Amino acid sequence: MVILWSRLSSMKTDLYRLDIAQARNKLLKKEISAPELVRSCLERIHQLNPKLNAFTYINDSAIKQSEHIDSSLPLAGIPIALKDNILSAGLPATASSLVLENYISQYDSTVAKKLKDAGAIIIGKTNMDAWAHGSSTETSDFGPTLNPHNTDYLPGGSSGGSAAAVCADMCIAAIGTETAGSIRQPASWCGITGFKPTYGRVSRYGIIAMASSTDSPGPMTKNVSDAALLLQIIAGNDSQDATSSPSDAPDYSKDINSKISGLRIGLAKDYLLPGMSGQVISLIRNAAADFEKLGASVEEISLMDPQYSIGVYTILQRSEVSSNLARYDGIRFGKGRDSFAEEAKRRIMLGTYALSAGYYDQFYRKAQQVRTLIVKDFEKAFKNVDLIIGPTSPGTALPVGASKNQPMFGEMEDVLAEPSSIAGLPGVSVPCGFIKGLPVGLQIISSAFNEKKILQAAYAYQSITNWHKTKPQL
Amino acid sequence: MDVKHIAKLANLTLSADEEKKFSSQFTDTLKTIAKINELDTSKVEPTYQVSNLHNVTRPDKIQPDRILPLETVMASAIGTHNGYFVVPAIFHEN
Repeated sequence: MVILWSRLSSMKTDLYRLDIAQARNKLLKKEISAPELVRSCLERIHQLNPKLNAFTYINDSAIKQSEHIDSSLPLAGIPIALKDNILSAGLPATASSLVLENYISQYDSTVAKKLKDAGAIIIGKTNMDAWAHGSSTETSDFGPTLNPHNTDYLPGGSSGGSAAAVCADMCIAAIGTETAGSIRQPASWCGITGFKPTYGRVSRYGIIAMASSTDSPGPMTKNVSDAALLLQIIAGNDSQDATSSPSDAPDYSKDINSKISGLRIGLAKDYLLPGMSGQVISLIRNAAADFEKLGASVEEISLMDPQYSIGVYTILQRSEVSSNLARYDGIRFGKGRDSFAEEAKRRIMLGTYALSAGYYDQFYRKAQQVRTLIVKDFEKAFKNVDLIIGPTSPGTALPVGASKNQPMFGEMEDVLAEPSSIAGLPGVSVPCGFIKGLPVGLQIISSAFNEKKILQAAYAYQSITNWHKTKPQL
Repeated sequence: MDVKHIAKLANLTLSADEEKKFSSQFTDTLKTIAKINELDTSKVEPTYQVSNLHNVTRPDKIQPDRILPLETVMASAIGTHNGYFVVPAIFHEN
């Protein structure tokens, strides 16, 4: 009896390790209660946050909120972490900037509302590059988040807090946002599943705007089936976001375990960058071989040199940032513009320059023309293949300090996510191996609104690999 | 690039150090961006958005469930007066 009890109690303290499907199953069977699950995650957060700095706000009242949850709801009692640029009424939303240090969300973002309506418990807000400007979380005004696999390394960004929180089991799942790489790249560096939906599939309403023409919220999870579950909840048309797609979201979990034999996959040879580590390339080739084992055909394909996307993305992002951050006047909410840190100032100014009289055609218009070429390049590629695969990031996580005095750090690290983001396409990053204890990410891209195909392929991949189950020693 | 002028346009204050640093960093960034000039786009239309949606509207009706109480709206403001936001003075007496 004693042994049984100790096993049972250790099972109950380890609840934070569960994924959404497992937690839901245990909750429905009444093996565990929602407050027990929430408490387990909160204890884990309090234990690890001093070391990892993944959370900017820990919602200790979450236990109470989970006490009377309707168990019939699809995410009843599931602790979810939100990136700190996503508004959830009554909770802080700082975007990891001192400008919004004392700001409390006055209303719910559509994403937060949908999650709460589905029974999810918002367990906290996660650290990020300030205003989502970066790919390291080092530009956070509240200090960097550290990579749970090795705390001498960065988690990536800008959704680095969400990625680290999922990786370290400080929540059951998280939401991030991506403008070009900000979900997929930290997912890659932390070894989790990060899903960036088609632009317009998930509403941007109530999310602190960065580059409005590419911002896409999405799930960051322990595996692909959880990504499908979460995407189902947050996807859909929203009258508050004029760019949200009016098309209905399909059932993402239905047939997720379909066989992928006959699927045509293109391995983007231009994404195997010159100077890229041979180990990364061989892990990507191993993944390609895994897809062949699963019955898919894999052929090498040519895409436009991703280096062009760096210029396009830099111009679009800086320009849209300069406009979006113009609203921070310190009058209605937040502190004044003198509270912007260096990176935000740099981006606002470059965007102001690119949009200023006399330079518009040279920069903004030119970038939008090259964007057309990128869109057409993908359209051409998807005539011959169903999905495109390649590395998510040029390498594994970089050491703490790597982004300092590198104004183009993010652009360089996100070079392989920028083309698909600029074209508004969906993509996932799933772990496909480790180099010196640090994860490597495989990305899978599809044409617009083909999320289901990506999910099926990524699910099939995770059904024959165990990389996504490899956890850091903490 | 006239860093001081751009900062003024963007309503930002820079330290002397930032001014110097940004000036050289912007030069580098603009060099990197210039790669796109290798591509001939003389006959290419720009893509300003990828949603392919046009003129999306919703009924011009008040949505009562979305109205925030005044105290919620003003809660984060640094200065309020009789239910109004207090703004810095724009006009000054001589």
